[in-house]
Amino acid sequence: MSPEMINLIAASTGETLYMVAVSALIATLFGLPLGVFLATSGKGELFAAPWVNRVLGVVVNATRSTPFIILVVAIIPFTRLIAGTSIGTNAAIVPLTIAATPFIARLIEGAIREVDQGLIEAARAFGATPLQIVLKVLIPEALPGIVLGLTLAIVSLLGFSAMVGAVGGGGLGDLGIRYGYQRFMPEMMLAVVVVLIVLVQAVQSIGDRLARRLNKRIRHA
Amino acid sequence: MAHVSDPPKMKVSEGELMNAPLGYIGDTPAHRLIPAQPVVRLEKVSKTFPGRDGQAVTALRETDLAVPQGSILGVIGRSGAGKSTLIRLVNGLEKPSSGKVIVDGADIAALPEAALRHARRSIGMIFQHFNLLSSRTAAQNIALPLEVAGFDKAEIRTRVEELLALVGLSDKRNRYPSELSGGQKQRVGIARALATKPKVLLSDEATSALDPETTRSILDLLARINDELGLTILLITHEMAVIRNIAREVAVIEGGHIVEQGDVFEVFTRPQHEVTRSFLADESGRALPPYVSSRLRPDATSRSQAVIRIGFRGPHATDPVLARLARDLNIEANILSGSVDEIAGRPFGTLVVGVPETSVSTTLDFLKKHGLDTEVLGYVA
Repeated sequence: MSPEMINLIAASTGETLYMVAVSALIATLFGLPLGVFLATSGKGELFAAPWVNRVLGVVVNATRSTPFIILVVAIIPFTRLIAGTSIGTNAAIVPLTIAATPFIARLIEGAIREVDQGLIEAARAFGATPLQIVLKVLIPEALPGIVLGLTLAIVSLLGFSAMVGAVGGGGLGDLGIRYGYQRFMPEMMLAVVVVLIVLVQAVQSIGDRLARRLNKRIRHA
Repeated sequence: MAHVSDPPKMKVSEGELMNAPLGYIGDTPAHRLIPAQPVVRLEKVSKTFPGRDGQAVTALRETDLAVPQGSILGVIGRSGAGKSTLIRLVNGLEKPSSGKVIVDGADIAALPEAALRHARRSIGMIFQHFNLLSSRTAAQNIALPLEVAGFDKAEIRTRVEELLALVGLSDKRNRYPSELSGGQKQRVGIARALATKPKVLLSDEATSALDPETTRSILDLLARINDELGLTILLITHEMAVIRNIAREVAVIEGGHIVEQGDVFEVFTRPQHEVTRSFLADESGRALPPYVSSRLRPDATSRSQAVIRIGFRGPHATDPVLARLARDLNIEANILSGSVDEIAGRPFGTLVVGVPETSVSTTLDFLKKHGLDTEVLGYVA
């Protein structure tokens, strides 16, 4: 493998990591409160607002059912508004974030709903406010589940990021398509796949290990 | 979203809460000097829930209940009798459909959210499944109500140490709930409930998930807390043993009604209501042995024996009354079952005897004259 190829792979890996990291970070920033709200705003719950909950649920589902490549193209005007351009790695972060936010919100909603209702009752009984219940009970108790959810979201983002080559986002997927497929370089395709496999493995095992360490429900020997 | 916003920062008077020993005046626990005012009072409380098929379900109807200061009142009932609803009304986890819930002078049902949260700090609660945070250690769990109430770190640390010592878990302070036994978890639950120095402790089936021995030790701890701190305890349970071991007063609840209420010894030795009797029948010694119960008939026939239950209370509990019956009246009673028990710290004996049908009335007169309770259960051929 030529040094040029290695440079290309390294640069693309950097682009992928940059896109995934930034979009995961921003999506978590929006997805966490959204997920918490989805999990606590049903009828009779802490922040009961059943109508808002239903509307948000529909919006989240709609975003999640839009194929990513269509989302990328459909929101180009919005991307231009936010990133100043619709082409390039920074521009690609916008659709990645928009796709990941509802996904993360649903995963966090699931993790929060796993928390024993008895804990909410106990916290209410000793005089905690709904916000205190979220910050001191629900999120800490759901943390192992949240970490696993975020791990899954990052792995999915690695997959999504392969498609942003369509808007000049670069990254490993783009490299694979342009060199491996369009220029008939199977070794490049193979290298891209191997790097992605290594990345996914790394993300997953770090996430698993962190979640296990945070989970105090299981006795550690 | 008005209900979401934080209440105005209410600085709980640290002095009042943190400067122990609160419950004492001189050498005498304060609760011994104060006349027994009810700390918790339910007045004509009803609660209906919207049912699944649109039909309202009534959990409680027109219930009155008073828990005197410093007492331990046990509410016993089968599942679905309304006892969970009742205890949740006291700290406002449920709102009554009608009626008043007065705790320490304030109508809990009428308080706005922020004031209710503040009031809840003086109402501790423990649960059947402990409801401890798995992500926090024993000490951190106990600290949680104090963090929520806005105490500073140093105060929290001192108070948590006191509480750990009180429940005998100082050596387990850094253990997570998953590393503790059921009894230890409930001790953490009790310490957490006591953190903000409440006036009332609500116990929601707190020993139902524990084995008998552990139940005993938890009840002993509750009794000690009641005695030393003068803390009023309202507990709900479906277990007779809990009431018998710790409660001073009992209320029997059935179908959303309190059907019987009073001093534990009185209610248990002279049960008036069918439900109370059925609870007592579960107890050992009260149930008839099968060879008797299977042959029991409601009416006398010739040559049949009457089966009489004799209750020995207080001073008569150890009287040799059967010996006297034989000596004075020449009636030989046949012992079918019996036990001597302690209820609320007082001895109580039950004896089921068979006497010839012809001498029933003489026997009953004789027993009543000696101050014993009698009940003719039926006849066996």
